[in-house]
Amino acid sequence: MKKLILLTFITVSFIATSFSQNEKYMAAMGSTLQQYSAAKTAEEMIAVAAKFERIADAEKTQWLPYYYAALVKARMSMEGMGGDKDKVADEATELINKAIEIDKTNSEIYCVKTMICYAKMMVDPMNRWMQYGAEANANLDEAKKIDATNPRPYVLQATSLKNTPEQFGGGCATAKPLAEKATKMLAEFKLATPLNPNWGKESIEAILNSCK
Amino acid sequence: MKATWIIFFFIVFAKTSIAQVMISGTVKDNKGKALRGSSITLKDSYDGAVSDSLGKFSFKTFEKGKFLVEAKMIDYSPLTKEINITNENITINFNLKEELNELKAITITAGSFEAGDRKRAATVLSSLDIVTTANANADITGAVKTLPGAQQIGEQEGLFVRGGAGYETKQFIDGTYVNNPFLTGAQDIATRGRFSPFLFKGTVFSTGGYSALYGQALSSALILESIDLPERTEASASVSSVFVGAGIQNLSANKKSSYGFNYGYTNLLPYFKIVKQQPDYFTVPAFHNLDGNFRIKTKTGMIKFYTQYNSADLGLRRPNIDDANLKNAFGVNNTNWYNNISWKDFLGNGWRINVAGSYSTNTDHLLQEIQNQNNTKTTTGLSYIDNSNFTINQTANVSQLKTVVEKKLGGISYVRFGGEYWHSYLKSKYNNLSTTLNDNLFAGFAESDIYISNSFVAKVGARVEHSSIINKWNLAPRISLAYKVGKDAQMSFAYGDFYQKPENIYLFNTKNFTYTKATHYILNYSKMNQFYTFRIEGFYKKYQDLVKTYPTYNNNGSGYAQGIELFWRDKKTFKNVDYWLSYSYLDTKRDFNNFPTQLQPTFAANHTASLVVKRFVMKWKTGFNFTYSYATGRPYYNFQNNGSGFKIKDEGKTIPFNSLSFSLNYLPHLGNQKAKSFIVWVASITNVLNQNQVFGYNYSYDGNIKQAINPPAQQFFFLGCFISWGIDRTQNAINNNL
Repeated sequence: MKKLILLTFITVSFIATSFSQNEKYMAAMGSTLQQYSAAKTAEEMIAVAAKFERIADAEKTQWLPYYYAALVKARMSMEGMGGDKDKVADEATELINKAIEIDKTNSEIYCVKTMICYAKMMVDPMNRWMQYGAEANANLDEAKKIDATNPRPYVLQATSLKNTPEQFGGGCATAKPLAEKATKMLAEFKLATPLNPNWGKESIEAILNSCK
Repeated sequence: MKATWIIFFFIVFAKTSIAQVMISGTVKDNKGKALRGSSITLKDSYDGAVSDSLGKFSFKTFEKGKFLVEAKMIDYSPLTKEINITNENITINFNLKEELNELKAITITAGSFEAGDRKRAATVLSSLDIVTTANANADITGAVKTLPGAQQIGEQEGLFVRGGAGYETKQFIDGTYVNNPFLTGAQDIATRGRFSPFLFKGTVFSTGGYSALYGQALSSALILESIDLPERTEASASVSSVFVGAGIQNLSANKKSSYGFNYGYTNLLPYFKIVKQQPDYFTVPAFHNLDGNFRIKTKTGMIKFYTQYNSADLGLRRPNIDDANLKNAFGVNNTNWYNNISWKDFLGNGWRINVAGSYSTNTDHLLQEIQNQNNTKTTTGLSYIDNSNFTINQTANVSQLKTVVEKKLGGISYVRFGGEYWHSYLKSKYNNLSTTLNDNLFAGFAESDIYISNSFVAKVGARVEHSSIINKWNLAPRISLAYKVGKDAQMSFAYGDFYQKPENIYLFNTKNFTYTKATHYILNYSKMNQFYTFRIEGFYKKYQDLVKTYPTYNNNGSGYAQGIELFWRDKKTFKNVDYWLSYSYLDTKRDFNNFPTQLQPTFAANHTASLVVKRFVMKWKTGFNFTYSYATGRPYYNFQNNGSGFKIKDEGKTIPFNSLSFSLNYLPHLGNQKAKSFIVWVASITNVLNQNQVFGYNYSYDGNIKQAINPPAQQFFFLGCFISWGIDRTQNAINNNL
């Protein structure tokens, strides 16, 4: 009997500790995601990215914290936060590459790669479109190929077309159908876990509002 | 059972009894400057913080025991420290060392305009810039002439830099020298370069102080680096007022190799029918141009081959200056074959190799005749007129092999060394008199880029050469330094000795020469980012051992050049407008050829300025480009030998040079996703205001008559259509405007 109790105890405590590790991860990610949605200044963004990176480094096998750390840095580069756009985009690249090492076939990761290409291109469009434009498209195609139900490649594409002048095949005429498609896909999209990426709705709504 | 509960309670109790510990400190750089935004991590935990503007950080943790704390920051080497967490608060400070980084470290700007390298945000001219510079008509030299340091010379081809003659500027493609970079032409008429700007991904226009890797250029080096694999497979065709052309470029499916061919035919007959030319062309200029290339990507390197064959014919008549009843007729038939092969690779362990070979052969058949009013050959019995009846048949071959080995030292410092061998062969037949010149030139060079920090670099090198034809050695030291003085700003300095063997035209007479020599001192301040470039540069050059042709052929010539140059480019202030402004002040004198003393040479103006403006109007899919160039008058001389040496009989200065050029690019299919082809229309006009241009004066034999040297026509008009198929440029254009 004593042996049985001891065995049960060991098993339970094993489960308990592993469960608590997962719980700790979920809790930390949850609170950092909240912090992310509230972050406005460069300082706050840097803190959020650093926190995601710390979680990622400690966990080692989770792609999500690296993904979010890279996403924050990509957005910072695009918006000119946190100094030299190129350097911030390079940091994002380093982080997203770590995510790829963990999960090689992940549609969301390729979306962030696309964003980084856009960020790099926008630093000097005249001289960089040849290289980064092609890379962005390759990443978008890869993202769509891996998961045809992921709305975010379409969110990115619609946003980029919306910002392109009509003379160059952009504007509402080409952005709107894609935005409508993205809206439908966003509604149908099923989250694997509550921590998984779920962004895109706001920017699509903004496009649809200004393209009425 | 009881025991289990006890253990359980013990665990819970133990956990709650553990207090949080505060870890805090500061992060600074080596010099004690606080680092903001550094990320501090308690390894293998989620705990950590980011340093604030004073470099301070603090965070709390439940962890206990031995842990590593890491501080990291972009551009700095990360630093890890071990701590033992007990119940006490911990203070821990970090001093991070700046990391040497190739892309972030400074490069030397003294004396050179680097263009086209996409890795660096701030470049001066890209190939697109060259073709959209209004005065250039897609000629590399034409665009480079809008940069400071270059003169506005219209009566000869070539780049005349800082008081140097055209032959003192050498062009290099993938490391090797180009013997005949310009199309063959007639006297007093400048010709275009042989190479399309689209062949090159990088252009460095060095106005002095360049690397020990380059030699035999006294004043300037134009260093061109050819493109790697093309983006995609495409076919292209062009039709214009002066030429037609077609080509294909094929990229293999695995994107590891490519090949291509182009053919172009230029004939100025229709154009000359419409736009009257000053000379009477009895053979209207016509050129055939055929080129081919292949490029292969190796595992870690690249092999590139380029070949170009060109043939040209032209003939023209102009009035004879000594006798109004006579004419000078000049005809030339030229063929030129140029080949270049290069291999670049990493050998592992920080070693890199670059081997390049080139071979070119150039044949000219020149005919010069004195003709009467019926355009038939005639003689007068006056030797100074009849001397202009001659033929020259000459063949010039140049073969070159060059190897550069590079080794990465610690950090990002490099040492580079290698050697080159040039064989030059010239066979010239003047009437029935044959002369052959053969030269074997060996050069060895070594240089080192030493990065003391990201902000300070020294490039130290030397070059040694031996030319067999004059049987002389030379040793040329080269030093340049750059120091970062602020954000995007640097001061740099360059010094070097430069040697060049005398031109063939002198070597026909004697081989008893030494090298001509120039010593350059350059001080430069530049500030640039991706939107603006500002540079100011001062220089002093000393010329020694220049070639004199009187009383004997010797090296007794000398001279100097000094000046200040300014450059400003701005892509941001005005929306969709990109403009640059160059100004050069030049004070130079030299004693060479038959000059009686040190004089300002005829190819040097004291003040030169260019304004280049480009504006793209999205709505019309059209780019509008303007160039205004100005130069003060250049000196001209007539020397007469009264038996005791050359004396100035007449001298003066030409009127100032003014030229406004305009070009327009219309891209009708831009943004049309359904279009199968991509079309670019180009229209251009040089000297829009039809301003009179005088490049100098020719004198009669006795010096009593002088005649202005003007361009063959004051203006040049161009209309062309360039089409390509197979490239989806639309997507590129969209991305361009994100």
